[in-house]
Amino acid sequence: MEQTQHHSPKHHIIGFIWSLLLTFAALWVTLKAPIPVGLRLTIIVILAIFQFVVQLVYFMHISEGDSKVFQIINLLYGIFVAVATVAGSIWIMLYNTM
Amino acid sequence: MSSLFSFKMPEHGFFVTGEPMIYMADVLIVLVTLGIIFVLTYFKKWRWLWDEWLTTVDHKRIGIMYIISALLMLFRGGVDALLMRTQLAWPGLNFLNAQHYDEIFTTHGTIMILFMAMPFIVGLMNVAVPLQIGARDVAFPELNAVSFWLFFAGAMLFNISFVIGGSPDAGWTSYTPLAGNELDPGPGENYYLLGLQIAGIGTLMTGINFLVTIIKMRAPGMTLMKMPLFTWSTLITSVIIIFAFPVLTVALALLTIDRLFGAHFFTVTAGGMPMMWANLFWIWGHPEVYIVILPAFGIFSEVISTFARKRLFGYRAMVYSMVAISALSFIVWLHHFFTMGQGPWINSFFGVSTMLIAIPTGVKVFNWLLTLHKGRIEFTQPMLWALAFIPSFLIGGVTGVMLAAVPADYQYHNSYFLISHFHYVLIGGTVFGCFAGLTYWWPKMFGHKLDERLGKWAFWVFNIGFHLCFIPMYLVGLQGMTRRIYTYPAETGWGPINMVETIGAFIMGIGFLIFCYCVYYSARFGERDVTGDAWDGRTLEWSLSSPAPHYNFAHIPKVEALDAWWHMKKEKGKKKEKPEPYKPIHMPNNTGMPIVMSAFMFVAGFGFVFEWYLLAIGGLIGVLLCMLWRSFNDYDSHHYVSVEEIKKHEMAS
Repeated sequence: MEQTQHHSPKHHIIGFIWSLLLTFAALWVTLKAPIPVGLRLTIIVILAIFQFVVQLVYFMHISEGDSKVFQIINLLYGIFVAVATVAGSIWIMLYNTM
Repeated sequence: MSSLFSFKMPEHGFFVTGEPMIYMADVLIVLVTLGIIFVLTYFKKWRWLWDEWLTTVDHKRIGIMYIISALLMLFRGGVDALLMRTQLAWPGLNFLNAQHYDEIFTTHGTIMILFMAMPFIVGLMNVAVPLQIGARDVAFPELNAVSFWLFFAGAMLFNISFVIGGSPDAGWTSYTPLAGNELDPGPGENYYLLGLQIAGIGTLMTGINFLVTIIKMRAPGMTLMKMPLFTWSTLITSVIIIFAFPVLTVALALLTIDRLFGAHFFTVTAGGMPMMWANLFWIWGHPEVYIVILPAFGIFSEVISTFARKRLFGYRAMVYSMVAISALSFIVWLHHFFTMGQGPWINSFFGVSTMLIAIPTGVKVFNWLLTLHKGRIEFTQPMLWALAFIPSFLIGGVTGVMLAAVPADYQYHNSYFLISHFHYVLIGGTVFGCFAGLTYWWPKMFGHKLDERLGKWAFWVFNIGFHLCFIPMYLVGLQGMTRRIYTYPAETGWGPINMVETIGAFIMGIGFLIFCYCVYYSARFGERDVTGDAWDGRTLEWSLSSPAPHYNFAHIPKVEALDAWWHMKKEKGKKKEKPEPYKPIHMPNNTGMPIVMSAFMFVAGFGFVFEWYLLAIGGLIGVLLCMLWRSFNDYDSHHYVSVEEIKKHEMAS
């Protein structure tokens, strides 16, 4: 495995800062933010999604390498399946009274 | 702690007793086992069996072992079917009692889907895919062996249930609360959960293995859009496996925890959600249907194109429609339980999404028909299976759309109309596809063709039996006969129709026996395949000798077009090629780890089935030790095939 990508740690540092920011933001929202629970959960979920993207882009190298197309397609497909099954299950299980 | 060391017996004893048929089976099992041991010892074949087969990592041999297992399971599931048909042949029969009937329809369904259709399909993938893409093996050969042996361990665990401890009896869908501990205690359902769990892990590994193989190991020049369609269907199937099987794994684990350790995921009491099982089961179950049908579609595409002597019509449309099916397959699962009381919006959504699947499927059917159009059609056995598939699958598909119409489904659901629908798609699609693939690649696997005359007899007898058995089921279903009843009164008037179905089922059985005789006859007298290109084929597997050498390709081929081998044959002679020198070929070593690890897995599974936790933990420790051993023994796991050996093989062919 030849490393052909750039070796500068800048990329990683940016990712590190982003992930720290998002983590502490989530912590602050949970502990200190003077907002109702529903809004709090919504914000945490949104922050989690950003965290997910940061991890993939900066540390998992989703956009690099020979097979990035496959990785991205596979990932999108995975998200589609996850959303379909989770949202679908909630829909089905909560509204099953005739 | 006390439960850890207890080896309690199930309520009805360790061995199943009281049925003459079970005693007969006991005797047969003992005799067959002794017979196999005797033959292997007498002909001194133990060493050969271990070295050549049980420890092999060669994808072709693993494929053959998958297919042999699948045929054995087809026999077992088929016998189950014939027992059921005998019981139902006439009103008020008492050939099987209600309990025994329940057990038999449960094992019939589970075995046919998970231990017959799945391994048959995976076996054909193993045989053909690496050859089609010009690879020397799959990406992870040892993992491939682990997949096979885990499947085998799961299948055996499930199969011993009918003589040891009792069979599962809650249907192949194993719906809670019926399958929960309160209504169905004992080892039966545990066998279902553990058998499927172990085999399912193997299948998941197969999915990963083939995804990586197809993406990473194609011959130079073979872009995605130059891949044979069977390879395409395998790629898409692998993706579906990777996303669908974890749901089954989780669902099975949750129900196992419910049953063994008293949790309440699917119970009626203590906040459990029994319907969640149905939901999770079908989130896996519907994609599973496409896992077994898409590779069959791929096989039909290969066979039809080969024997119509034409390039496949609408190759791109074929690919895109499979991609569309793979996405749609994840948003239709609710149509398996329309009548469980969801609101009309939910049912409408899933009804429409279900009907949408008919569109890409219809595109495929028209593409096959247009491939046949103006082709020089040759009616060989694989082609016959492929041609019989089209009308059968059409009947199955159209009745499927009828079932997808929600208001009407309240009439059809749980009736024999439904039974006939899914047998038409599963037999007419998957089983016909497996037979088409098996007869098509048989020369490549064994170096001789299957006898045409006997093979066609098997085909026609099986087909006539199939339609005779299942067309009447639509009628009797519309008359109101529901599934999973072990008998019915004479006043219903269903007797004569059921008798016809039973006759049809036995004719199918005769067809299978003719096929078995055909295999034996062809092995002795069948036409030898000396060229390696038995059917004047189009894809790369036909460029090799039959059977293919264990390293597959002496030189990795360079692909320039779709139907690569056809293209090479056309171009041959036009340009001068100088033979390149052979180079040593890097190949993986055989290993006994997969079979040993799977044996431990079997022991662990057996321990959990009987809730003998000491045994279960012992088995799991064994599995763990195998993994550890594997982690530290990765250094001498490969060897080189010498140039002399390659020359010897290539000269002989």
